[in-house]
Amino acid sequence: MNFKGRDVISVRDFSKSDLIYILKIAKEMEKEKPKLLDGKILAALFFEPSTRTRLSFESAMFRLGGKVLGFSDEKVTSVKKGETVWDTIKMAERYSDVIVIRSPVEGSARLAAEAASIPVINGGDGANQHPTQMLLDLYTIQKIKKKIEGLKIGFLGDLKYGRTVHSLAIALSFWKVEMCFIAPDALQMPEHYIKELREKGIKCHKTSDVFEVSPKLDILYVTRIQQERFPDPLEYEKYKNAYRLDITLLDHIKKELKIMHPLPRVGEINAELDDTEHAIYFEQAANGVAVRKALLALVLGKEK
Amino acid sequence: MKERRIPAIKDGTVIDHIPSRDTFRIIRILNPQEFKYPINLALNLDSKKMDSKGVIKINSRFLTQSEVNKIAILAPNATVSIIKNYKVMEKIQVKLPEELVGVLNCTNPVCITSKEIVISKFKVLREEPLEVKCHYCERVYGKDEVEIKR
Repeated sequence: MNFKGRDVISVRDFSKSDLIYILKIAKEMEKEKPKLLDGKILAALFFEPSTRTRLSFESAMFRLGGKVLGFSDEKVTSVKKGETVWDTIKMAERYSDVIVIRSPVEGSARLAAEAASIPVINGGDGANQHPTQMLLDLYTIQKIKKKIEGLKIGFLGDLKYGRTVHSLAIALSFWKVEMCFIAPDALQMPEHYIKELREKGIKCHKTSDVFEVSPKLDILYVTRIQQERFPDPLEYEKYKNAYRLDITLLDHIKKELKIMHPLPRVGEINAELDDTEHAIYFEQAANGVAVRKALLALVLGKEK
Repeated sequence: MKERRIPAIKDGTVIDHIPSRDTFRIIRILNPQEFKYPINLALNLDSKKMDSKGVIKINSRFLTQSEVNKIAILAPNATVSIIKNYKVMEKIQVKLPEELVGVLNCTNPVCITSKEIVISKFKVLREEPLEVKCHYCERVYGKDEVEIKR
């Protein structure tokens, strides 16, 4: 499979065999490969704040022997003076070999990919797509469960605005899995996603009661209620404390259940769960480095 | 004899089999204020093919392909007839292309197409009921939500 020169913009751009291949390369990237991207430069263009995505991309590039240039605040760039994404990319592609872009503006990564002659990786574009998060989530599930097929996966929290949930659900639908969407009605998974999943033969179940489905689950994927996505602040206040998982959850789950979270969390998982064998969210974040190493190597044609 | 609700035109275009409720929307996207000659329209007409249809007759004006594409968004079963000297010279069944380039506006305020000068692109996911997806922000729109460029 040849990924050289490809852009990584949306979950919709991948086939099942693409995903399997990326997961395979990510596993190989757990090993040290300090010279693999020697002489290559990553332009990390972060138009909005990010902790995990930026740091893990930088870590991935450094661990493969490459270098990173870029910015992590739009205010220090010419974008502040009115420069367009298009022009910023036209400049950055001449300074680097691969670009990662993160922006609150939806579709900016797709436009960047059209502007650039070098590969572009989407590090998150507003509420739209965050494909590298989706891939590290998928990688974490496969790594911990040794399979994807047949799993029962619960998604909890803000399923309406949560892009990670949307992308992961679409990616998982390549396998025969069961999905439970746990959220207050107002934050439930959008109906068009449920319809699409059901058309692909995925068993979907909706509820607002986590304990109704938790005893059956293999994975519980928890998300933050995202204040920044709510058009009405009063609506946010109504739902911000909708779910707060604590130690009492342990009475309602299988011994093998694993809890995931794309982080940051703001109270939806009590720290008392961190030390249980169920919590894998920090390991999940750490897997971001292997997955991003794999993507950088793949799009630069250097995975072998 | 069949009653004629709108007078025949000598030269021009007849758009037939429009869903009645969309007749005014179609007239609006054709920018009728820029037409020099009379336009006749009728709606709530009986039809064998559909519940109730609208018809638009435009005198001395022929539509461009882009205008025909716009009609297809709202009325995928419409027929467009070119009339010359009171005779139907050509009958075109409108057809929605797989991709609509520069035809629709994405109304998502945080879409890149609302921030920078970008030619809009939409993929047609389904013709009836219409569902289109913005190539950039990937938002999906139904027939009542699409904003057609004028």
